[in-house]
Amino acid sequence: MDKSLITRLGDELYDALVARQTLVPLTQRHPEITIEDAYQIQQQMIARRLAAGERVVGKKIGVTSKVVMDMLDVRQPDFGWLLDGMVYNEGQSIPADSLIQPRAEGEIAFLLKKDLTGPGVTASDVLAATEGVMACFEIVDSRIQDWKIRIQDTVADNASCGVLVLGDRMVDPRKVDLATCGMVLEKNGEIVGTGSGAAALGHPCNAMAWLANTLGRLGISLKAGDIVLSGSLAALIPVKAGDNLRVTIGGIGGCSVRFN
Amino acid sequence: MKLDQATIARLAEYLETCELEARDTPKITDEYPDMDWDDAYAIQDSIRARKIARGTRIVGLKAGLTSFAKMKQMGVETPVFGFITDYGSIPDGGEVKVSELIHPKIEPEIAFVMKRALKGPGCHIGAVLAATDFVIPGMEVIDSRYRDFKFDLKSVIADNTSSARFVVGGLPQAVSEVDLRTVGIVMEKNGEPVAFGAGAAVLGHPAAAIAALANHLGARGEEIPAGALILSGGITEAVAVQAGDSVTLRVQGMGSVSIRFK
Repeated sequence: MDKSLITRLGDELYDALVARQTLVPLTQRHPEITIEDAYQIQQQMIARRLAAGERVVGKKIGVTSKVVMDMLDVRQPDFGWLLDGMVYNEGQSIPADSLIQPRAEGEIAFLLKKDLTGPGVTASDVLAATEGVMACFEIVDSRIQDWKIRIQDTVADNASCGVLVLGDRMVDPRKVDLATCGMVLEKNGEIVGTGSGAAALGHPCNAMAWLANTLGRLGISLKAGDIVLSGSLAALIPVKAGDNLRVTIGGIGGCSVRFN
Repeated sequence: MKLDQATIARLAEYLETCELEARDTPKITDEYPDMDWDDAYAIQDSIRARKIARGTRIVGLKAGLTSFAKMKQMGVETPVFGFITDYGSIPDGGEVKVSELIHPKIEPEIAFVMKRALKGPGCHIGAVLAATDFVIPGMEVIDSRYRDFKFDLKSVIADNTSSARFVVGGLPQAVSEVDLRTVGIVMEKNGEPVAFGAGAAVLGHPAAAIAALANHLGARGEEIPAGALILSGGITEAVAVQAGDSVTLRVQGMGSVSIRFK
């Protein structure tokens, strides 16, 4: 794909993000976009945010469940970048009008204490490099009209990342079974979803190892101090102003967020 | 009650024969659209009596339709209840003969074993936890006798809530040692994880299903006996199985339990 087109599409996505507007799916206009092209478009979108003063704080992993893989007709996850402007903490409220068409995902966040450089990273390397895990929300959002995304659209759009909310506690990953830990998601007091850690590629550490190895091939390392969101553990929940959400993960902790 | 004793006895015999001969049937409310909830439980009781008369032991109880989503879909506010039998009990790692069933599906559950009898009305989660000896991972193999699992609530109650086989195993836990709301489960079919959930999927807390059962029985002058094994309800959608499948359930902090289909 032409370099100037990649730059232009990355700029379009950045402008849509800032203006809180949506675009016609890129794959509708340019059916020839490959996943590799999409990551380059993503790079351009992120470069614009960094140029505007944001800082990288970590990564997110998406498309980690069989349901979403089947929906997008792919057999592997994707990733995006977390920037400091995206981070909220337990109990904070998010202005709903800062997002376009937000949906909430309950996830396990990893905070790294050591660098992880693929290839060759295993799930046990991930555990050894992890300071702690936290319950978190990823609030995904799409700059693509009505979420009509193909895999290339979401990858280009920074894996549909919106903002994230970090929970109330950090736990040593040696103290919890990350495959069986249960997740309960509540919206306005009603249980709207449950899941468990294994929903993310069989084990959240598998998703983490996939990310480290995928980044390794691109010459990128995960860094000590990085936050990594390891993938949704249940179906996405649409949210709007006035909604109050809580996620609880067995043996890890909880995370609450309000939209105003 | 809308049905007479003879009709109840005839429907019980008919449904039990369907079970024993692994034969499906259209739902019974097609023929008796006016039957009520009491009729439905009376048919189930009559099936139970037939089994006891034949020497079957009733080894426990079960709750069904315990998820909020399912209850909303069926238009009810309480779960439904049935019983489980000695011949339905499969040992951990044991085999289910698919030829004895119609169209089996499997569900992950938390099973309760009671140390004291529990009698409603007025039974709450606290009373359940105080009366529980231990909880243990369990899977229920359900097998509605109704064609293509097409039923309404009264038909499914009469059919002993689709009860067929069950297995419990793994690491028993005292209820004080586990957060039953957030306890997570992964169910794997032939090595592939296929269902994920947490205890809260059952009425917000699995013990709430046991309380609802005690209150249901209390309204009929009955109780949950000490020592009863109770399957508290599916945590996820039931997964279809066939001969050759093996299924393992892993529960957070409570080990795993397995079953095979032949």
